[in-house]
Amino acid sequence: MAEQKKAKTKMSAAAKREQNWGYLMIAPTIIGLIILNLWPFVQTIYTSFCEHLGFGQYKFVGLQNYIEMFQDPEVWRATWNTIYFCILTVPLGLFLALLVAMLLNAKIKGKGVFRTIFFLPMVCAPAAVTMVWRWIFNADYGILNQILGTKINWVTDPNVVMIACAIVAIWSNIGYDAILLLAGLQNISKSYYEAASIDGASKITQFFHITLPMVSPTLFVVMIMRLMSSIKVYDLIYMMVEDTNPALTSVQSLMYLFYRQSFVAGSRGMGSAIVIWTVLLIGIVTVIQFVGQKKWVNYEV
Amino acid sequence: MKNMQRNAQITKVLTYVVLILGAVIMIFPFVWMILTSFKTQTESMQVNPIVFFPTHWDLNNFVDAVKSLPFVNMYINTALMIFFRVVCAVAFSSMAAYAFAKLRFKGKNILFGIILVQMSLPSQIFIIPQYQMVAKLGNLIPALGANTVFALVFPGIVSAFGTFFLRQTYLGIPNEISEAAYLDGCNQWQTFTKVLFPLTGTSVAALTIFTAVFAYGDLMWPLVVNSDLNMMTLSSGLATLRGQFSTNFPVLMAGSLLAMLPMVVLYMIFQRQFIEGIAHTGGK
Repeated sequence: MAEQKKAKTKMSAAAKREQNWGYLMIAPTIIGLIILNLWPFVQTIYTSFCEHLGFGQYKFVGLQNYIEMFQDPEVWRATWNTIYFCILTVPLGLFLALLVAMLLNAKIKGKGVFRTIFFLPMVCAPAAVTMVWRWIFNADYGILNQILGTKINWVTDPNVVMIACAIVAIWSNIGYDAILLLAGLQNISKSYYEAASIDGASKITQFFHITLPMVSPTLFVVMIMRLMSSIKVYDLIYMMVEDTNPALTSVQSLMYLFYRQSFVAGSRGMGSAIVIWTVLLIGIVTVIQFVGQKKWVNYEV
Repeated sequence: MKNMQRNAQITKVLTYVVLILGAVIMIFPFVWMILTSFKTQTESMQVNPIVFFPTHWDLNNFVDAVKSLPFVNMYINTALMIFFRVVCAVAFSSMAAYAFAKLRFKGKNILFGIILVQMSLPSQIFIIPQYQMVAKLGNLIPALGANTVFALVFPGIVSAFGTFFLRQTYLGIPNEISEAAYLDGCNQWQTFTKVLFPLTGTSVAALTIFTAVFAYGDLMWPLVVNSDLNMMTLSSGLATLRGQFSTNFPVLMAGSLLAMLPMVVLYMIFQRQFIEGIAHTGGK
């Protein structure tokens, strides 16, 4: 039996050498991924069924964390906050990014300068960017209230704080999304527009019948990417709203709650359950997206 | 015909107006940060009318920011974290990408599956166990525990994304090139280092920029693993400054400006590489 197998899988010396080189060259990455990611992934799943006793000691408690989690209004609130953040930022952000991309795709001067300016927030740490916006949003001395002539508590009013965070998120990502969409727009052949113009189609008709269908695959990719990163939002909200802010529960995202549970309160079992719940949520959203894309994404070109 | 020309002209003017308006909104927060960072606290808190320009352009707020936070350490920590993460990501990912794209070995698909699994999970799912590993390592060897540069680098030692991204590049290089090198007597390692790796410059630059920008902006991991002020990165240090000077916005703006400056300067020098690099990696 062994002999037979050996004969079957017998390789030439060169092929054997190639295989050994293959294993050798992927070894650092694969071993690293197993230690740093695969094993921690398994551990997090296990931890979500445990109670943290402190000093890295755990006790298995079955589904208790999940039962507690789904009975906790704070978790449901954080789930809604995360979804609400996506609703506020993703559609409007993508619309504005597409607008910017289309304007940059026109024959204009100074394209490079505009591109550089719109992309700038991307290279600034979110922590620093959010700090600047907090100052702009400041209720008493901030310039936004001065310009608008209002006295809105942008950062401390539970009804407004999410809008403030959404503004920062959209402002931060618009350039990046626009650059990706611009690449998609540049692939559309000019001849479509020329033909449509000769037929007398208006710019608006051209947008809905040429631009939108042709850019839809790129738009879909950008949307998935933006949705994924919005569900995981943490740094922006963390910098905008500290622990002591009374508006915290109205804006706290799942990842912010995860951070507080795991590393401030020290309940790592609950923290793990929250992160698993978030992954499930990401999975559900992804499935919905891929089912929904058939209705609007056009791959026929 | 005249009408059409006029329409085209109106469209063009509108395009400029909207773009310039957008650019002003994008730039304004930065301008406001710079202006505020030179104001006194009293000036910054004056309203009706608001004080737009500082009366004296002095560096007091920067001095205060540097006094309350170890900015030199934060710069060094951030730079070292970025340097090691980039070197590791480029070296290990290039090797693995070459093997996955060009070599035949058993179990390739399953092993590549590990990379896809890692990429589809949010990084937060790994954080608690990663933190515990660093804590345990620190008990054995303090130089590898929490509050070290190693701890900052730790989750970025290997890069699944980098491997995936570079594999695409290696797949795009014709097999004839590697086969010719092989026939010339190169072994696999020489084919990789001397012939193929030098051809991947653009992608390596893109991966470098991508890795650097995201390591620089990362907040949760540095906050979790390095609580000692002297071992913080620019991002996590700023989060601490926020608590200390909650109402002194000129100092907070000076701190933010100091934290942004190195990356913005690099961006200004290498704009094209930054934009194309990040767009290139993100679009995949």
